[in-house]
This record gives sequence, structure tokens and C-alpha cells, in this order.
Amino acid sequence: MLTRHDKILLGLMVGIPLALDVILIWGPTVASIFFSFTNWDGIGGIEAKNIVGLKNYQFMFTGYTLFWPAFTHNVIWLLWLTFIATPLGMLFAVLLDREIRGARIYQSVFYLPVVLSLVVVGFIWELQYFPTDGFINNALGLVKSGHIIDWLGDSRINLYAILGAASWRHIGYIMILYLAGLKSVDPSLREAARVDGATEVQTFFNVVFPVMAPINVVIVVITAIESLRAFDIAFIINQGKNGLELLSILITNNSISEASLVGFGSAIAVVLLLISLVPIVTFLTRVMRASQ
Amino acid sequence: MGDSSEAKRVANRLQARSLTLPYLEQELALDLGLSRRDVLKIAGYGSLAAFLAACGSTSTGSSGITATGGSMSLGSYASDPGSKAGVQAIVDAFKAANGGTKVNINTVDHGTFQNQITSYLQGTPQDVFTWFSGHRMRFFADKGLATPIDDVWNAVKGNYTAGFAASVKGNDGHAYAVPTDYYPWAVFYRKDLWAAKGYQVPTNWDAFKALCEKMKKDGLTPIAFADKDGWPAQGTFDILNLRMNGYDFHVNLLTGANGQKWTDPKVTAVFKKWSEITQYYSPGFKGLTWEQGADQLLRKQAGMYLLGLFVGDEFKASGSQADLDQLDFFAFPDLGTSFDAEKALDAPIDVYMVTKKSPTLSNDLGQAKAFMEFVAKGSTQVTFWKNAPGSIPTATDADTSQYPALTKKAVEIVSKAQKITQYFDRDSRPDFSGPNGMQGFLLSFLSNPSGDQTGLQKQMQTFWESLPPE
Repeated sequence: MLTRHDKILLGLMVGIPLALDVILIWGPTVASIFFSFTNWDGIGGIEAKNIVGLKNYQFMFTGYTLFWPAFTHNVIWLLWLTFIATPLGMLFAVLLDREIRGARIYQSVFYLPVVLSLVVVGFIWELQYFPTDGFINNALGLVKSGHIIDWLGDSRINLYAILGAASWRHIGYIMILYLAGLKSVDPSLREAARVDGATEVQTFFNVVFPVMAPINVVIVVITAIESLRAFDIAFIINQGKNGLELLSILITNNSISEASLVGFGSAIAVVLLLISLVPIVTFLTRVMRASQ
Repeated sequence: MGDSSEAKRVANRLQARSLTLPYLEQELALDLGLSRRDVLKIAGYGSLAAFLAACGSTSTGSSGITATGGSMSLGSYASDPGSKAGVQAIVDAFKAANGGTKVNINTVDHGTFQNQITSYLQGTPQDVFTWFSGHRMRFFADKGLATPIDDVWNAVKGNYTAGFAASVKGNDGHAYAVPTDYYPWAVFYRKDLWAAKGYQVPTNWDAFKALCEKMKKDGLTPIAFADKDGWPAQGTFDILNLRMNGYDFHVNLLTGANGQKWTDPKVTAVFKKWSEITQYYSPGFKGLTWEQGADQLLRKQAGMYLLGLFVGDEFKASGSQADLDQLDFFAFPDLGTSFDAEKALDAPIDVYMVTKKSPTLSNDLGQAKAFMEFVAKGSTQVTFWKNAPGSIPTATDADTSQYPALTKKAVEIVSKAQKITQYFDRDSRPDFSGPNGMQGFLLSFLSNPSGDQTGLQKQMQTFWESLPPE
């Protein structure tokens, strides 16, 4: 039986986080949804004439030339991380797990970018990519020969240039997570597989990978979240224009910049929220099913 | 132990009270003596120190609108080393001249200050803030986020020409700002490079293009151009539109006034003209910053550069006075239209304004107005200019004898102009001119300058029409 004291304590333990959650997360979320039906410019109060119904959404999907490019860039970001960066991080983890010589050094080298903020990563890569002063074009001798590759300004390639920068960090992040998972796999399982005559590859895919299911889910969710919240590098490079449009940047440029189109920015935020719900709900249902 | 913590608590409370002193000081200064209410108020604060400080206050206004001593605060976007030192220098001079007025400066990175201006002015801003003339000034005046300062303006307007007088007026006819500096946009070049190659200043479009061709043959980048940040390209649009379609058309277009639309064939003509020189731009210009463009000019890799006078800051930063001495400029060439005679150009004016919602303003208004009068003096502006040579003083009584040839020439080119604009992003609304709007549109144009631009113009107009009423 719970005593009165227990009940109060429990009430506080649930109530305080819940109140914070409501105030700091649900409050702004509901406010954003409300703002998305207005053309409020952030000055003064919201009056009846500011309510514009679905006009923001209508313009976003039909007239706004940056929405679909931004959406596409987020999808490309997701595909790139899912099929290139994340598998590479996992591969590095598996290789390092084999206790090869200098594993610690490799581990540190690959993990180093993770401790840098994405703003710093953006700045570092900007120095590599600058057309005439940058390291890459000079190292390749392109500046001398006059065939400059405009890594940052050519809208056909700049997204992939910054994906390279983002991967540089993402690979280390995934590697360290996966490595921690691999270390916790019971060695007797591999032993048994080897006794049964399984090859290294078979052991990994048929024994280790299934055992790692909880970590795999975490990695999938992290990859999805990383691609939805992609922002920093593109914003540092050129405030997300000219081929680097992303949904998060459109929200910023519209609602909290000098433009102050709070209503329209909120409408984009609501769309991003709906998209984000897909991986979140998937993750939660899995977790809840597992705990039942 | 209990005693000492109690003592600390009391001390903290006393300290907290003394923070309210400036408030009291001002209150009394205006009331000239202690009324019963004031005595009660002091009694309410319950602090002998506050009472003594209040009695000791001798700060009185030098005129009806200004006050000496006391304190005020200043929100500044002057975050570059030169201009930051300049603001500090004028604040120090003001403190000495105004009975020791304490000025709290809050310096914010220039771009951040600009991005957050809407929330800044509505929150708890400083008493006085640095800003721009033009549409951006009138906008916040209209929204009631700036304090009209007609009294200050009437006291200082004798020190300004008619052009500057027009630049401080809000849509309601009141004065909202004191202009402190400006800088023209023109085509910059190095005198030594041009002398060595025998180049002549082009006065018309054909001569300009012929010069570009010659420079290209000489292995130079004819025109330094750097548009990674999106805004530099707007300077070229401004000058071409001004020369081809005139000041009135330009202003109407940027503000949507008189039904002017972006789909107008006159705008198509501007892009067509522009496409004739894009081949002479720096390679990879969409990935270059304006500083990198200035370096190309500095290092004699590029022949010309259309930019503001602040290009000289990059020359100064190189540390070589000899390089700075070689910097010169000419007015953008004539295009053979009837608008050439306007000699119009971008010459953005920087101003100081008084906020509305500053929590300290009711106490500091006298000091704030004294500061506004102080920055209207030529001597103050020259102090700033010495730190930031790209910013020319606006006051008529500024001592121009110290100006180097480049600054003198900049003054001359602006005084010859019959029409002056403030630059695209200060003349138009920010949601249209920013990265979402015109910056992106111009980058699209520059990706395919020779193509058909009517689709792009349609996008501009659609975007304009989607924006909420301002």
C-alpha cells in the first residue's frame, strides 16, 4: 500500500516533469500550430484580421519555390546518412572491434569530429571548400589550372559537399555507439558460432546483428533525427540558400530572422513536426511493444 | 554563523536597493527638490544610503530636453573591431562632455543584431540603438517601436543638408533618427595596377565592357564579384536598375508602390544588361565572401570591384598603408538613358535611434537625447571615422581637412548625385530582400544569366504577393 507521503512524492515526481514538458514542449507546439493559421509578424498582438486560415499552407505547397527543394534536400540527407554514413560508421565499429593494431588511435581519430559542434564543423569545411583559397581546390591544382570547382556555390554539388562534412561527424558518432554495443555482445555467442563453422561474415549477420537489435533501433532513430534536424552546417555556409535549403532553415529564415514572418514560418514548422512524428511514433510503438 | 549569514543577507539587500539609485536620482532631478511623495518614497526604500545619494544628486538638464550625469544604455551592432573601437571612443567623449554620464554599451554581432531586431525592440532594449535609415527605419517607427525625437532634430538640423533631413523622417512626418555616417557604392580599382596596364576609367557601357575584355586578355579577373552571402549582388541590381529605369521606378519596384510589379519588362531588361558582364566575374563567385573579393582586388588578381567604401577596411586590415593609398574608384558608367543625369547611387546612411520599450528610458530620456545631440556633432563623427574610415561623417560641421583623397572623392560623388538610395535590403521589406527572397532569386539568375528570366520574375512577383501586409 502507498502511504500518503508516497503518493505526494509520486505526484511530485510525475507532476514536475509533466508541467515542464507541457510548458516547454507542448505549449510552444500548440502555439506554433495556432500561429500557422495567422500572418502575424511578431509585433504587437494577434487580432482577428491576422487569422488567414489555410493560406500559409496553400502558398507553401503551391507558390513557395523553396519548400519542395528543401523537402527534397532533407530526404537526400536522410538517404545519404542511412545508406552511406551510418553503414560506414557501423563498418568502422566492426573493424575496430577486432582489436586490430592501433585501434585506439583510429577510434580517437574518427571520434574527434563528434566532440566539435556542427557550427565548428561547418567552419572547418568551409575552409576546405572555398573556391580560390580553399584547401581542396588548391591541393588538386584546380586553382592554378583555372578549372575551379565551386563546392559551396554550385547548387548542383554543394549539398553533397556539406553532406561530406556532416558525414565526417556522423560516422564517428555511429561508430562509437555501435562499438559500445558490440563490446557488450556475449563472447560465448561468437565462440559457439565459430565452433559451428560459421564464417566471420555469417557470424556477424546471423548472430551478432540480431543480438544487437536494441542498438540498431537506436541508430536508425538517431539517423532519422539527425537528418530532420540538419541545420547548422548549411546555415553557416550560406544561410541555406542556393541549393542548401532545408526545412529547419526555412523555419528560421522566415520566423526568427529580420523577415519576422512568424505565421508562415510556423506553418513550415508544423509540417516538419508531422514528418518528425513518423520516426518518433515508430520508435515509441516498438519500445512499448517490447516492454509489454 | 547565523549572524554572519544574516549580515550577508542584509548587505545583499542593501546592495539591491542601491541599484535603484539611478532611478531615484533622476526622479528627484526632474522634480527639483523633495516633495512629500518623494520623502515617502525614500522612506519606503528604507535606506539611508539612498536618501543621501538622492540629496547629493546635482544632475540637472542643460536644456529642456537633455540631462547630464546619470546613466543611459546603448545597443550597438558595431561589432567589427574598427567600428567597435569607434563607438567606444565616442562614448568616452560623451561621458567626459556630459557630466560623467555612465553609458552601458551592449554590442551584438552585426548580423545577429539585424536578425533579432524585431524581438529586440519589443523586449527590453537599451535606450538608444544603432540602425539604418530608409524603409527599415520607417517600418519600426510605424510599428511604434521607436521614440520620435523632433526636439533633438530641431536642435541639430542646422548641421545637416536637406538630403539627410529627409532620411530621418518617418511616414508620420516626425523625426526618428540622427544620421551619423554614410558610404557610397562605386567601382573600386587599384591606381598602380591601372597605371601599369594603361587602363582608362570607362564612362559608358561600351567602354566598360571593352575594358573588361582587355583585362581578360591581360590575365586578370575583370570584375571581382563575391555573392556567397547573397546581399552583394543586390548592389549591381540597384545601380543597373537606377541607371536604366530611374529612381522613381526603382523605389516603386522595391516597395510595391503604385502597382509596380516584378514582371515588368523593364526588369527583364535589367537582367539582360546584367548578363552582358557576368562572364567577367570572379570564378566560383557564388562561394566567395565579399572579403575574398576584396582580396582579389588587393592582390591585383582582379581589375575592378563594385562595392561600398568599406572595401577599404579590407585594404586597411592588410596592414599596408601603401595598398590603401592605391585604392580609388569611379562612378558606375552611364548606360545612355535619360536617367544617367540623375547620377543616382546607393549611399546607405547609418543612424542612431531611440527605442520605445526600454525599461530605463523614462529615467534616461534626457541623457539619451543628450547622446543623440552629441552624435550629431561633426567632431564626434570624425572621432568615429578615424576608427572606421569606411564611414563618412554626415554633419556639415565635420572637419573635412583631415580626409584623405579617397574620402574626399566619396563625399564628392555623393554630393553630385541627385538621387540617393539606401541599398536594396534597406529600401525594401526584409522578408522580401532576405535569403528566402531576393538573395536567392538573384543567385538563381546568376546561375543562368543568359537564359529567359521571365519565369524567375514571375516567382519574384508571386513571392511578393504572398507576403502579409506590412
